[in-house]
Amino acid sequence: MTQVAEAPDIHQTIKETVGSPFTHKPKLSTRNVDVFYDDKQAIFDVSLDIGNHEVIALIGPSGCGKSTYLRCLNRMNDTIPSCSVTGEFRLDEEDIYAKEMDPVLLRARIGMVFQKPNPFPKSIYDNVAYGPKLHGLAGNRAELDEIVVSSLQKAGLYEEVKDRLNASGTGLSGGQQQRLCIARTIAVSPEVILMDEPASALDPIATATIEELIDELRQNYTIVIVTHSMQQAARVSQRTAYFHLGKLVEVGDTNQVFTNPQHQLTENYITGRFG
Amino acid sequence: MSNKMNHNMNNTEQVKRSLKKRHRQERRFILLGKLSVMTGFLFLAFLLADISIKAWPAFQQSWIQLDVTFDAQNLGVEAPADEAALKKGNYRGVLKQSLYAMFPEVSARRDKKALFKLISSGAEYQIRDTLLAAPEMLGTTQQTWVLADDDVDSFLKEEKMRELQQDDRRIKDNQVAWLDQLSEQGRIESKWNWAFLTSGDSREPEQAGIAGALRGTMLTILVVLAMSFPLGLAAAVYLEEFAPQNRWTDLIEINVNNLAAVPSIVFGLLGLAVFISFFGVPRSAPLVGGMVLTLMTLPTIIIASRASLKSVPPSIRDAALALGASKVQTVFQHVVPLAMPGILTGTIIGMAQALGETAPLLMIGMVAFIVDIPQGITDSATVLPVQIYLWADSPERAFMAKTSAAIIVLLLFLVTMNLLAVVLRKRFERKW
Repeated sequence: MTQVAEAPDIHQTIKETVGSPFTHKPKLSTRNVDVFYDDKQAIFDVSLDIGNHEVIALIGPSGCGKSTYLRCLNRMNDTIPSCSVTGEFRLDEEDIYAKEMDPVLLRARIGMVFQKPNPFPKSIYDNVAYGPKLHGLAGNRAELDEIVVSSLQKAGLYEEVKDRLNASGTGLSGGQQQRLCIARTIAVSPEVILMDEPASALDPIATATIEELIDELRQNYTIVIVTHSMQQAARVSQRTAYFHLGKLVEVGDTNQVFTNPQHQLTENYITGRFG
Repeated sequence: MSNKMNHNMNNTEQVKRSLKKRHRQERRFILLGKLSVMTGFLFLAFLLADISIKAWPAFQQSWIQLDVTFDAQNLGVEAPADEAALKKGNYRGVLKQSLYAMFPEVSARRDKKALFKLISSGAEYQIRDTLLAAPEMLGTTQQTWVLADDDVDSFLKEEKMRELQQDDRRIKDNQVAWLDQLSEQGRIESKWNWAFLTSGDSREPEQAGIAGALRGTMLTILVVLAMSFPLGLAAAVYLEEFAPQNRWTDLIEINVNNLAAVPSIVFGLLGLAVFISFFGVPRSAPLVGGMVLTLMTLPTIIIASRASLKSVPPSIRDAALALGASKVQTVFQHVVPLAMPGILTGTIIGMAQALGETAPLLMIGMVAFIVDIPQGITDSATVLPVQIYLWADSPERAFMAKTSAAIIVLLLFLVTMNLLAVVLRKRFERKW
């Protein structure tokens, strides 16, 4: 996802984002975002708002910069030394990249679920309890138990694991592991959850479970999901943003983007001509 | 159509023909592999068998029973003597008188000297301790077992020595006759040599033991462990997880790798110049030995620990960071525990290297002849490999067996350490 091929003819066709990238009272707002890996530019002048309690899907071919953009939102790119990010990022009017913004606090407010399930090699209970313990969210053991149980319930995993909370998290199936990771993220009570292709390593049944879960989570959280699967984007999201070669080509209501794309590139992609 | 089928048939034939060759290659390689494993194993078995056979005599020690008369006059003390007076007694004289009394026919000065040579020079201290333990024996005659001299010991252990010409052996014919006489009376016995494991070094092989070197090794290894593990771990974690990637860290990395290849004697010279001459750390002590070996071991531990840290999947770091763990929390709550088995293995390898090291310790004076068993890390001491080196260099025949026995003790020490490491590692792994 770090390689962006130079293709001037296409760059000229993407003059500016079509559709409706801005919303009223956004949860997250980004303006004029440029991201570089050393000298290579990965994202070109992306401006996008993410509304409260909506699921927005970022789609596009491999290497289009959607994961890079996602990782900018909770400053996970800070850990990559060669990566430099410019532009304006705001979470509820607070500057994400401000000096006084602590990435630790930011990541407590913007959680993240990764492509490959990555539970800690600890018990299921400890996996979920790690975040609350870290931030001191539970005053005592009973409160912690409650957080763990309710997080597992919200992630739709509790019924399956309630008898073996002390078993290792890595012993679960792939789909269960991913739901455990979601439960772990929810346990910190974030405002936004970023999901980087959360179902790409899962079979169709586990994927369906995760998609249902995303739909339920929308009640309480704002969700940004990167996905390779257009069907998935169509199923779970209210808005869809199409990235192409580091540029944001088109944003709009999911229905409209999939049924009546405004931009030629978007149409090519969703009709399966490439990607 | 038929042409194509023909072609396919030919293909199959071709593959079949080459298959034979490929299988032969495979079999040849497996055979070679087995041969090399067996060669290594044979060498090891030969080495162990050789050392064990050579070491056996060192665990047996010949004793001679004497009728010792604790005569107050011969001792040179007043009859109801206190402890201080008894300590100063002339036990050598008592021993001589007792021995001459047992062989009244020996009268020539030369023969008397030869007779006295049958027993160890340490025997006088043995009978002194016997008397000090039971002062009421003063004035009585006691049947007392004393150590045989190392030449006697060697002679008794090796049957073929008898067949040699008198001039070719250290035990002369008249001594052989006395020994036979003692043997007939049941006054010669071979006993399990506990002293080898409980006493310090000595110039006399029959009294020399491994305890001093063993204790010295343990103290030195403790110093190495206490210093190199935290230092190595901290350096590895910093370099791997926190240090920025730039020219300085590259330079440090290259130097750490180079240090791992520096001959150990150079570290000994460094230790002599810096620790002893400059900082005034006591020489010959486990403290300075441990410090020098720490220098030598650190690169090994750092390299192994870094490799182990690097092998922790990045997804674990991402997971912890994304939950809002700080860098330090991520590293110490997730990465280091996961890397711990590898770090421990690296540390144990480093320790084992340090355990067998001789050269740098020669430079800092741990090669001195030290009889006392060291009590602390600042006492003069020697270590097992240096003790082996010292004994291997000694002319007395009995030291040959002692050398092999010391090697066995060193190997046992190593095996114990490795077992401990395996157990520790298993413990750590089970936790996760």
